Amino acid sequence: MSGLDTIPPVLLARLGKPDSRAIDGYVADGGYASWKNVLAGAKSGEWTPAKLTDMVKASGLRGRGGAGFPCGLKWTFVPTKEKRGEKPVYLLCNADESEPGTFKDRLLIEQDPHQILEGMMLASFALDVKHAYIYIRGEMVHGAEYLNAAIAEAHAKGFLGTDILGSGVDLTITVHRGAGAYICGEETALIESLEGKRGHPRIKPPFPAVSGVWGCPTVVNNVETLCCVKHIVDRGADWFKGVGRNEKNTGPKLYAVSGHVEKPGVYEAPIGIPWEQLLAMAGGVRGGRKLKAVIPGGSSAPMLTAAEIAGIPMDFDGIAAAKSMFGSAAIIVMDETTDIPKAVTNIAKFYAHESCGQCTPCREGTPWLLKMLRRIVNGEGKKTDLDLLLQISNQMGNGMTICVFADAAIAPVISGITKFRGEFEAYIEKSTKPGFETAASSDITAAIADRTAAGMHS
Amino acid sequence: MSGGANVPVAEQAGLPRTGEHGALSCGKALSFSKEARAELDRLLTRYPTKQAALLPTLWLAQKEWGWISREAVDAVASLLGLAPAFVWGVVTFYTMYNRAPVGKHLIQVCTSISCHLNGAEEVFHECKKRLGGLKTGETSKDGKYTVIEVECLAQCDKAPAVMVNDDDYAVITKDNLDAFLKGLG
Repeated sequence: MSGLDTIPPVLLARLGKPDSRAIDGYVADGGYASWKNVLAGAKSGEWTPAKLTDMVKASGLRGRGGAGFPCGLKWTFVPTKEKRGEKPVYLLCNADESEPGTFKDRLLIEQDPHQILEGMMLASFALDVKHAYIYIRGEMVHGAEYLNAAIAEAHAKGFLGTDILGSGVDLTITVHRGAGAYICGEETALIESLEGKRGHPRIKPPFPAVSGVWGCPTVVNNVETLCCVKHIVDRGADWFKGVGRNEKNTGPKLYAVSGHVEKPGVYEAPIGIPWEQLLAMAGGVRGGRKLKAVIPGGSSAPMLTAAEIAGIPMDFDGIAAAKSMFGSAAIIVMDETTDIPKAVTNIAKFYAHESCGQCTPCREGTPWLLKMLRRIVNGEGKKTDLDLLLQISNQMGNGMTICVFADAAIAPVISGITKFRGEFEAYIEKSTKPGFETAASSDITAAIADRTAAGMHS
Repeated sequence: MSGGANVPVAEQAGLPRTGEHGALSCGKALSFSKEARAELDRLLTRYPTKQAALLPTLWLAQKEWGWISREAVDAVASLLGLAPAFVWGVVTFYTMYNRAPVGKHLIQVCTSISCHLNGAEEVFHECKKRLGGLKTGETSKDGKYTVIEVECLAQCDKAPAVMVNDDDYAVITKDNLDAFLKGLG
């Protein structure tokens, strides 16, 4: 058996069950068995935080939020009790999913919140956390309600609180709602936001594991990552390691497929399945049309042409080898009818709107890129625009800013222009022809101008 | 563009621009209800600092008064022991705190990439058109509708996605737009 063989759903196993959010159903399906087991073993010494951390390390789990950093290794960066003294350790569940194309965590939050809570409980045990927070994006109003209801149920059953099930372990989980800011998904911006400030990313080091929220050691883990922790404890590190393409890409993975496919949705498969298999799961390209390009990891990942993505294993290293990014496994499919300059302009609009404004290259650069792209798709492009766009992009990225937002913003611009330059040139050629009448306005331009006028663009 | 490129929200909404730091005034002093105060007391137990309760307190304020006016900023600032200027700085950073009154139905159309690929811009413009030619962020004369464009709602599989107040709507197209709007009432 190969690690890429189809497996029954793990993370999505409880999807579609009647009242999948209720604790009774969760417990009936074997939920909280690991938590009870760990708590019981904590007293006898059978379970220790180190043992749980080692298990996660051995599983090869890499963070599912986008960076793909080894989860167990991240946990070991938290200073020991002797070093940190009286300072508590905090666990933050990053439920601020908001990168265009990404919608996998929403499903877990809305359908199976107890799975997330159990993952958080186990991670909290490994990290000696007494108070964990779920930072959920403001738009997921109902998701926050479901999580709060699940926390109340878990309290009522005695799975949360003080001296949980007589184990001596204490844990509280609090849901904290964001208020509409993409950057708050970045871990240090999330921390600032939780502290009650604007979500401005912090300079690293110090890394959150050493000095995070309220100056205390903090671990930020994605929703899906924490769910994986639950299943690793349920089934063992070897099981997790046995799923996936190779030892650096292990476990089941949620793929969020959207755009021009027949069946957009979240699909679970062993990490590293070939591109064609994933596309087939999503029903193929809509209307039997030809594939033009794919954004393989959320809007900040460089786009790949149909030829470039052919045969690529869909995991961290497979997509990195194709010079793009696996990110959060948000796959945006674009068919042959896609107007790439307009798509790139749309993505640039997102980044111009969401830049936190802290670093000059990003604050000034993102609207500049947008302005030029709008000019091009609006039929007012100049011949020098494309090179200038690339030049600005290069000056914005590659470590010029505190966080990687600027790098995210330039990736679609650079990849779009370099891979589909002809389409941009066609727009410019049309507009530089004598006698050409400027198009009244493109949809995108009108939308942006409209929003700016309304003062929505802060 | 009939509104001109630089018309501030205040003028569009027909409100006096009387607030400090650009915040609008609602014209009367505000204080939190007993229920909201009790909720705040509960919130404060969840964080080691008072300031950490700022985002939740602003949510409470928006629930009480519908939008964040200068007076709401003052009320929140004094409850949490923060400077009003700081609170206003936080309010303006986030997109979900309304800085002017909104209609009964705040219609938020997502136009990010997956929705864009499925015709979201057209839905957005049609929506404003069918509600009597509203401008972005403008509220209809009967106070019922405000239409804005938002960035990714994490519903890319249901594109074009729309959110109205706290509720999510999937696959809103030009064809079902009328039925959708009618359904809002």
